[in-house]
Amino acid sequence: MQQITLGEAVNQALREEMRRDERVFIAGEGVGVSIHSGPGATSGLLEEFGPRRVKDTPVSEAGIAGLAVGASVMGLLPVVEVMFNPFFTIAADQIVNHAAKLRYLSGGKSKFPLVVRIKTGAGIGAGCQHSHNLEAWLAHSPGLKVVMPATPADAKGLLKSAIRDENPVIFIEDIILHWVPGPVPEEDYTIPIGVADIKKPGTDVTVVTWSKALGTAFKAAGQLEQEGISVEIVDLRSLVPLDEATILESVRKTGRLVILHEATRTGGFGGEIAALAAEKAFDALKAPVIRVTAPDIPVPCSKPLEDFYMPNEADLIEAIKRLF
Amino acid sequence: MDNQEKKKLLRMMLLIRRFEEKLVALSKDPQKIGGMMIVCTGQEAAAAGSGAALLPEDVIITNHRSHGHLLAKGAEPDLIMAEIFGRRTGYNKGKSGTLHIAAPEVNALCTTTVVGGGIPIAMGTAFAAQYQQKDYVTVCYFGNGSSDEGSFHEALNMAALWNLPVIFLCENNVYAGAQRMEEHTKVQNIADRAIAYGMRGEIVDGNDALAVYEAVQRAREECLSGAGPVLIECKTYRWGGHGTADEQLYQPQDEIASWKEKCPINKLKADLLQTGALTELDYQQMETEIEQIVDQAVQFAETSPWPDPAEALEDVYV
Repeated sequence: MQQITLGEAVNQALREEMRRDERVFIAGEGVGVSIHSGPGATSGLLEEFGPRRVKDTPVSEAGIAGLAVGASVMGLLPVVEVMFNPFFTIAADQIVNHAAKLRYLSGGKSKFPLVVRIKTGAGIGAGCQHSHNLEAWLAHSPGLKVVMPATPADAKGLLKSAIRDENPVIFIEDIILHWVPGPVPEEDYTIPIGVADIKKPGTDVTVVTWSKALGTAFKAAGQLEQEGISVEIVDLRSLVPLDEATILESVRKTGRLVILHEATRTGGFGGEIAALAAEKAFDALKAPVIRVTAPDIPVPCSKPLEDFYMPNEADLIEAIKRLF
Repeated sequence: MDNQEKKKLLRMMLLIRRFEEKLVALSKDPQKIGGMMIVCTGQEAAAAGSGAALLPEDVIITNHRSHGHLLAKGAEPDLIMAEIFGRRTGYNKGKSGTLHIAAPEVNALCTTTVVGGGIPIAMGTAFAAQYQQKDYVTVCYFGNGSSDEGSFHEALNMAALWNLPVIFLCENNVYAGAQRMEEHTKVQNIADRAIAYGMRGEIVDGNDALAVYEAVQRAREECLSGAGPVLIECKTYRWGGHGTADEQLYQPQDEIASWKEKCPINKLKADLLQTGALTELDYQQMETEIEQIVDQAVQFAETSPWPDPAEALEDVYV
């Protein structure tokens, strides 16, 4: 099986879907010719598909998102890019008030089959206006689907599903993961949106996580195994729709739940998972539910400060040990 | 435009006028529709004139003051009224109400109440026409206030950059909320902004339905020839307040009166009477027919079923 990075997996999915369906086009800042060196998620697509289908846009996030809304209602399948998650706020009116709501406002008559790809995540030293995980904001907007893959294989299969989905899908890619390789099937395949994946089975505690934090969960689980604690890791992959069944089944099996996410704590999506367990699996819990998250601060620039911001395996191990 | 078409134009303006007047009357009775109605009384020429220049395949994206645009694009008065009444038979099964009606049947694809929010979407529907090499244009209706939004700037810049077939139709009704034009922007004409994007701008007497028709028709041909977007500013006036709950304390009475002198319906009617294309009797008949259409719409709406509360859960996702 090919070993490619998440960025390359996104690239493959885009390329294959653009070959498969003439209605698919991509647009965004630098999706054709980029200011960022090295291979990116859209590298080479301009060369293959030309400027009609690979639209480099002005620096206009609201315009880019509006382009997707308008093009999708006319039957095209836009995949537009918001370069970094904080810039989403400039596009938010188009995504939250329009992409998410216009189908409802049409009484189910219109469809908006668009994908907004957003790069996200701390760890690049760029600071809080480039790094800010806002997935909980998006999950709080009914009408959107929200996907956050952690592995290259999931990214490829989920992006294909997102492009083929008839609803607006927000596809959030961690920028560090863009450079992390993993095995990816070469054939055409999809992974359904809304299905979590048990990345590692275990018996003593459930860790629910998504995106880059999955790697942290694995590191912690490896150490805890040696101390006799068996960790089950549930990778959500999609926040909306949420795979409640897989989460609840795991919690019922282990009786303990820790939620790990890179986003800040207050109002983070971890609270939603905790509430789900409290409402539907309270009887199965042997210990309190714990969230391991970033503190409620903007992402700082300096390396030691940014490292402090990121929840790490030591934080997770410490949290899990409190449950026994 | 021949006399028959001119009479149709007059008829459409009259329909819009009576439809809106009916809403204002009904809104005073909480047993009927209640709430605030946002109406376009006095601005009928911009809606009817532009609508007459469009073909069924042309797309419109409109705003909170939308009823005239929808009617002029061919939307059914019954289905608009039922939507305003919140009934299941309305265009959007009661999900939109008066403010957000979409009528995809006539390519009225989006009514947004976010000021300026429709402008980037119109750029997107126009992009789809270019991408698919289809011969339709998009008309985006917005007010003078919208041109102060960032979305206006981003969308006009992109539309011009890519030569997209979209007509940005600004109805300058002098007010943006409670602010007069000179209180919300330094420029005197919204059309002047066009030059900043490298597109053609044009000022039209927004109370002259024929002038609006001709300007939109020209712009439509320009768009279809690939000559890019056009910004048309229709100078008109909002006879009423922002909505029916607005007491218009900031609008001078003499100003309102002077604009009523320039009533777009009276203007076209007088022109047609003068040329003999219309008789008073014709006009009386037109009034009677329109009264029936509007009464029928209200009756349809009032006798239509309410949606089942559980229907609120439907239509979020495909």
